Amino acid sequence: MNPQILGVVVMFIATLLLAVPLGRYVAKVYGGQKVWTDLIFNPIERLFFKASRIDPGIEMGWKQSLKALLTINLIWFLWIMFCLLNQSWLPMNPDHNPNMTPDLALNTAISFLVNCNLQDYSGETGVSYFSQVFGLMFLQFVSAATGMAAAAVVFNALRDRTTEKLGNFYNYFLKSCTRILLPVCILVAVIHLFEGTPMTFKGIDTLTTVQGDTMHVSRGPVAAFVAIKHVGTNGGGFYGANSAHPLENPTYLSNIVQMIAQILIPFAMVFAFGFYCNKKRLAWIFWGVMTAGFLILVVPAVIAEVQGNPYIAQMGISQPGGNMEGKEIRFGAIASAFWSIATTVISTGSVNAMHDSFMPLSGMNMLLGMMINSFYGGVGVGFLNFFIYVILAVFIGGLMVGRTPEFGGKKIEAREMKIAMIIALFHPFLILVGTAIASYLAAHDTNMGWWFADAAGKHNASGWLNNPSYHGFSEMLYQYTSSSANNGSGFEGLGDNNPFWNISTSIVLLFSRFLPIIGPIAIAGLLAQKKFIPASSGTLKTDTAIFGILVFAVKVIIAALAFFPALALGPIAEWMKMPH
Amino acid sequence: MKKDRKENLFNKELVMEAIGQSFTKLNPKYQFRNPVMFTVEIGTFVMMFVCAWILSGEKSQGTFIYNFIIFLILLLTLLFANFAEALAEARGKAQAASLRKTREETPAKKIAVLGNLFMNEVHIVPSSQLSKGDMFVCETGDIIPTDGEIIEGIATIDESAITGESAPVIRESGGDKSSVTGGTKVLSDKIIVKVTTEPGESFLDKMIALVEGASRQKTPNEIALTILLAGFTLVFIIVCITLYPFALYSKTSIPISAYISLFVCLIPTTIGGLLSAIGISGMDRALRANVIAKSGKAVETAGDLDVLLLDKTGTITIGNRKATNFYPAPGVKLNELVYAAILSSKSDTTPEGKSIVELGKKLQSENQFSGERFEKYQSEVTEQINFTAETRSSGVNLANGLKIRKGASDAIKAMVLKTGNIYEQEIVTIVSKIAGNGGTPLVVIQNEKVLGVIELQDIIKTGIHERFERLRKMGVKTVMVTGDNPLTAKYIAEKAGVDDYIAEAKPEDKMAYVCKEQNLGKLVAMMGDGTNDAPALAQADVGVAMNSGTAAAKEAGNMVDLDNDPTKLIEIVEIGKQLLMTRGTLTTFSIANDVAKYFAIVPALFITSIPALQSINIMNLHSPASAILSAIIFNAIIIPMLIPLALKGVAYKPIGASALLRRNLLVYGLGGIIVPFIGIKLIDLVVTLFM
Repeated sequence: MNPQILGVVVMFIATLLLAVPLGRYVAKVYGGQKVWTDLIFNPIERLFFKASRIDPGIEMGWKQSLKALLTINLIWFLWIMFCLLNQSWLPMNPDHNPNMTPDLALNTAISFLVNCNLQDYSGETGVSYFSQVFGLMFLQFVSAATGMAAAAVVFNALRDRTTEKLGNFYNYFLKSCTRILLPVCILVAVIHLFEGTPMTFKGIDTLTTVQGDTMHVSRGPVAAFVAIKHVGTNGGGFYGANSAHPLENPTYLSNIVQMIAQILIPFAMVFAFGFYCNKKRLAWIFWGVMTAGFLILVVPAVIAEVQGNPYIAQMGISQPGGNMEGKEIRFGAIASAFWSIATTVISTGSVNAMHDSFMPLSGMNMLLGMMINSFYGGVGVGFLNFFIYVILAVFIGGLMVGRTPEFGGKKIEAREMKIAMIIALFHPFLILVGTAIASYLAAHDTNMGWWFADAAGKHNASGWLNNPSYHGFSEMLYQYTSSSANNGSGFEGLGDNNPFWNISTSIVLLFSRFLPIIGPIAIAGLLAQKKFIPASSGTLKTDTAIFGILVFAVKVIIAALAFFPALALGPIAEWMKMPH
Repeated sequence: MKKDRKENLFNKELVMEAIGQSFTKLNPKYQFRNPVMFTVEIGTFVMMFVCAWILSGEKSQGTFIYNFIIFLILLLTLLFANFAEALAEARGKAQAASLRKTREETPAKKIAVLGNLFMNEVHIVPSSQLSKGDMFVCETGDIIPTDGEIIEGIATIDESAITGESAPVIRESGGDKSSVTGGTKVLSDKIIVKVTTEPGESFLDKMIALVEGASRQKTPNEIALTILLAGFTLVFIIVCITLYPFALYSKTSIPISAYISLFVCLIPTTIGGLLSAIGISGMDRALRANVIAKSGKAVETAGDLDVLLLDKTGTITIGNRKATNFYPAPGVKLNELVYAAILSSKSDTTPEGKSIVELGKKLQSENQFSGERFEKYQSEVTEQINFTAETRSSGVNLANGLKIRKGASDAIKAMVLKTGNIYEQEIVTIVSKIAGNGGTPLVVIQNEKVLGVIELQDIIKTGIHERFERLRKMGVKTVMVTGDNPLTAKYIAEKAGVDDYIAEAKPEDKMAYVCKEQNLGKLVAMMGDGTNDAPALAQADVGVAMNSGTAAAKEAGNMVDLDNDPTKLIEIVEIGKQLLMTRGTLTTFSIANDVAKYFAIVPALFITSIPALQSINIMNLHSPASAILSAIIFNAIIIPMLIPLALKGVAYKPIGASALLRRNLLVYGLGGIIVPFIGIKLIDLVVTLFM
């Protein structure tokens, strides 16, 4: 087998083998069972709870959990805004980076708060070490833990019983940080140290190259940052070039470790659901559905990249390495294509190649991954998004077998459907409306005034497009899709550091983060209060392959129906136009 | 009524009425109830304005003819959807009308009341003037004017007008068979009846109102499904509106007709148009099974039932016990026992007594006892001893001093032993053998000497075992309720194939069982007719009251079975399941159709500005205009094509939930993707001929 393909296959299997035991461990952590990490973390957690005067033994309802979640998020938002707007005089700024502009700070603050990490700035020049460590990196931990804790509340609600008490949100949250994210991050960071990733608080290093030129190399606490960036499916790089940067992702091995790190917890959360609710078969069905979707997206992308660019082929140039424009030689076309799909189906959004330079088909699959946003999905939230589709599938499937729909012994009624539908609707709404506004402005070349200015100082809306036509459309579509999926990857080639893009995507980010957390928790909370109905032979069994197919079909059809026209005008048109 | 059950779905009269209704229902106020079709109506209006706009000289929107055709097709889509609903209503109404015929104005012999005194005076008034609490008299040959409860007298009544059953039934005051229904005919005797319903409020009236839509409430499941469909509609509103700036960016100009066509094709019009027809026809199917449901929700709930409580007598077994065997005591001839048994039962009118005479006569006529005549039994009967709960025996005294008794073994044994006679071991053996087989032994004695034992057996209805098996496959557990002792109950339960039984049941036991199962989260159905069943009927998720039952029982349940047939529950469960399945499969079909419609319309919209998109015109449709027309024509005609399915319901087979899902996904999901590709292509071929 091609060693490049072997590389991704081995990596995928390794992730699965690690994810199952990790899932069991996560289930035990949320279930309050004894785990080996008790010894280390019990005293630390006690300290936190004592200091914050929280009694982790007090159980909360779904509304209380949501209130806790939103409150702590608001406080973090205020903190990060403070950091970014005042970093010039705050400590740990050896490179004397300036304060952020308010619109950029808003965009950055929100996008890190919502686990998206849409970076309209460049890490080298845009932020101080203080902001990186105490602002951004802190948020990478807590935003990931927020999603995981939300999933834990849903897990708790889906157990076979009737209750209003869904555990203590703060407890889930803290343990997600300490017992799950922290140990995995330490491991990943240490491996990166050995691979050559910097870990220092010193400023820019200046060296003289062999040719005698002077070179400035940005440094910083990169290894620690890279670890949580992937483990927490955040995706915000320390450097502007993200994981394509030779210090952020120096070797093929570090590339594999980063890949595994970002897929690991999304996998593990699915298995954790199985172990926690004692629905292991169902968890495997869910995982199977996600994996089927992932493979359908990743295989064509890999093939398209390996085949290379037909326009270049037309010029008579052979492309033995495939389409290598915008890719790093040390990773190659296959690993880059695999990464690009993995990072979009999962809401990481870190990049190790230029997405703008991928073949249109690969670009479409990246978009689809984010449009569906629950083939694995981000830590915790991926499961929550998936849960919404499960509710819709259960509703249709239940009717098809002649029973009023139920999931896990709880009836799905009008109220749950209303919430599920709103959540399912909001994602296409945000993407399509955002792209529509941007396209309208670009089509009319509107004078944007304060909202936008290109490098030449012109205020024309079309100035934010580096490419005209279909590709330009894809760039705008990608930006809103990435925001709405809380993904954070950029197609790039879009002039996005300006008030128009910063503010409009910030709005999208806020809605698309918190609604898909509030919705599933509300549904799960409502279901938990309902009477538990034991299964009979007339009940729709969810842990079967046929139900898996139904969930898959519901997801694909909803995504296909909502986005087909948009995709047709972007990547599909571009793809069809290529010489075949 | 039963005879015309298989009437043609598209009966001419009904179709004509429905066509008329389809236009009336275009009223936006009416359409508003259905979000999917309401948006289609808005689209139709927009197209009407576009047509007018073109007539006034606008050039950018294409030809008038083309736009007008689109307007017509959209209007047709609306009419088809209205027609489906109207046809379902018309069918339900026709069904109800044939029932209502029975309650046309009939003269009632109303009893004048003065305070608490009955006057011996009878006024003839029209039945519509009878109100609750009034009393009337019915004599032989009278038609009972309205629903009521017999307060005095007993009568045989012909209920064929409502049940289709020609055998007359007996109704009498007191007890559980005191209810009479308007429209039925008194065949003999005289009864005084108290009116139990206000005019226009009988169950039938309520049912008619439900079918006619005036008081039709959406069921919870319908509401949830409407939310799903409204959600899809909203998605497509967003898709179509945002398409405008997308097209601007791509430098494509899309006429309004194309936006509207795309939108109408994508929203789930198929299920949206058929949804209320499905609901109404569910009620209608129940009515066809001679069950009056008081709400659509009750029919829906029936599909979810987990537990069925059934009375043994009349449901699992045929009426009462029957004599099946005579066992003479040692030294007694069989014929002697038969003679004595017949004599003792001759004036016993209970079904058991009659069956003893029947079996005895049969044995005699088969000539097994040639010439054997017992002179002693030719004597005259002087006294008739009736069964009492105290003696638990009955019999006759003859003029020659012979005293014949038959009764429960322990009661007879006591009588025998009291006089010092021997109660043989053989008899004990026979008795316990019969009891062990689920039978009831009756011991016959003559002057306190044992002659032998009669075996009475419950006769289990033929085919009942299969029906329970079918229920089990549907996931419904059956529970038999009987007054028998646990041993007998167990035997019958096993033989009939029920899952559980309540032996020696008292009325309150039913209630306790219903509550117990409900606490486990299960949905329970039960049948009942007595006043003491009323609390349990009300407590059960589906309570089916017999039409012959008391007013209290009928009030408490949420369905009334006109046939008084306890096995009807099985049909009701299937009707409920069919109702839900039809909704699910048509939703799936409707949404799956969108895939093909996209492949027809999207290339049609952009082909001129983006020729590369020709590659996704995989159906190879002739031109953008023909593609759009074909898609909306397909979208419109699929509605009437699916009306039969909506009205009859998707066939339910108890093959287990997963197998059912697989089958329906394959047929309606995969079928829903493939069928429109073929359909749109065919329509395109036809449309091309005219272009």
